[in-house]
Amino acid sequence: MAENKESIGNTLFVAFMVCLVCAVVVSSAAVILRPIQQANELRDRQINILRAADLYEPGMDVERAFEDIDMRFVDLDTGEYVENGFGRDYEHRRAAREPEKSRRLQEDPAGIRRQANIAEVYLAWDDDDNLTRIILPVHGYGLWSTMYGFLALEPNAHTVSGIGFYEHGETPGLGGEIDNPRWQANWEGKELFDEGGDVAIQVIKGNVDSGTPNREHKVDGLSGATLTANGVNNLVRFWVGEQGFGPYLSRMQQEYAEGAVN
Amino acid sequence: MADMKKRDILFQPIFDNNPIALQILGICSALAVTTQLSTTIVMCLAVIFVLTFSNFFVSTIRTIIPSNIRIIVQMTIIASLVIVVDQFLRAFAYDISRQLSVFVGLIITNCIIMGRAEAFAMQYSPVPSAIDGLGNALGYSIVLIFVGVMRELFGSGSLFGFEIMPLVTEGGWYYSNGLMLLPPSAFILIGLFIWLIRAWKPEQVEDPGFEIVPNSRPNEAF
Repeated sequence: MAENKESIGNTLFVAFMVCLVCAVVVSSAAVILRPIQQANELRDRQINILRAADLYEPGMDVERAFEDIDMRFVDLDTGEYVENGFGRDYEHRRAAREPEKSRRLQEDPAGIRRQANIAEVYLAWDDDDNLTRIILPVHGYGLWSTMYGFLALEPNAHTVSGIGFYEHGETPGLGGEIDNPRWQANWEGKELFDEGGDVAIQVIKGNVDSGTPNREHKVDGLSGATLTANGVNNLVRFWVGEQGFGPYLSRMQQEYAEGAVN
Repeated sequence: MADMKKRDILFQPIFDNNPIALQILGICSALAVTTQLSTTIVMCLAVIFVLTFSNFFVSTIRTIIPSNIRIIVQMTIIASLVIVVDQFLRAFAYDISRQLSVFVGLIITNCIIMGRAEAFAMQYSPVPSAIDGLGNALGYSIVLIFVGVMRELFGSGSLFGFEIMPLVTEGGWYYSNGLMLLPPSAFILIGLFIWLIRAWKPEQVEDPGFEIVPNSRPNEAF
């Protein structure tokens, strides 16, 4: 054994066998556990949506709570709903990578390069089937990373009810403060559009106080994280603007004014 | 070495020959995952599993591994075990695996695991090798848990997420120590741990490599 151990034949044999056994072990673990992992990912996403909408409590039954939330698909150009068999796992951030489902952006303030044609929105309903929240998935570039999150709006499609990020790589303690509930609470009740219907929401430098003009549109900045705050500002303005969910939101505002939301 | 008792193989690496405190191996992950005790414990369990089994499997096939590809064979076995652990964590401990993120994958490059495969498992039979792996992983875990307890207790005032000392920001009395939440604090804590061990077992203190001479005066130097 010791003599032919170093031979080329034995070397190739050992290398082949080790690779074969390891490949079988690794791939079967991946294949067998895949459904559980996908369920976890979906659940994690649902928790993030509930959190942005301020409907989440630790230990709650996520699936039950999610029965009151509808997933709809919006054509970003027209603002109309489309139904063409997207699954529950559709994400516009992933569709943006496929050329036939997305477009390259000419003007790109959020720093995302490509944008999907169809985006998902979530509608939360109360027990009497009244719309309570419109939840938009949004993303954009901060200082180091693309920040992915959800923006929750009141049924009037005009007032912000919450914001939350579920994936980002900003500096902990500085830009990472976008995860801080106290900062996120600043967004509550802010108004997206001015009287002319133009996007007016803005993250400012420093804090909003009683003397700030148009303070219903202004959100506190993050001290020490100006670039991250600018990134949040750009991404929110982009996604509620003409290129983003703008057409959809103006349609929802109109329907809300007519009292015919469904 | 050949007549080493199993007991010694298991318990020696914990305090007498601790991989982190004496050999100063594998401290990279000790800095990264120890801000919370729950992630620390999961990391320890992952390392215990990988190190025990990698030593066992490497030792099982040690007589047929050609010496010129032995490192690659060891790496393949270690990497496969780590991927399996990572897949299991993603399926059954999703939140913690997200917090551990790349550091589970980085177990592959943990020096302790390669070190034990090469130094022990290549020379001894499977059962003592597995015990050696378990012992070294426990030695690693003791240091990590020590660091994890200190960092979470003094950094966030809690253990396993349960509040022990209410923070001032939450209306309590404890001003949290922000340094404990940053990686350098793990260096300081590991240093303190090494000091404690060497105060208890002075035979671990290394001989100084050189003697410091008394300061020379300028007129002596020129």
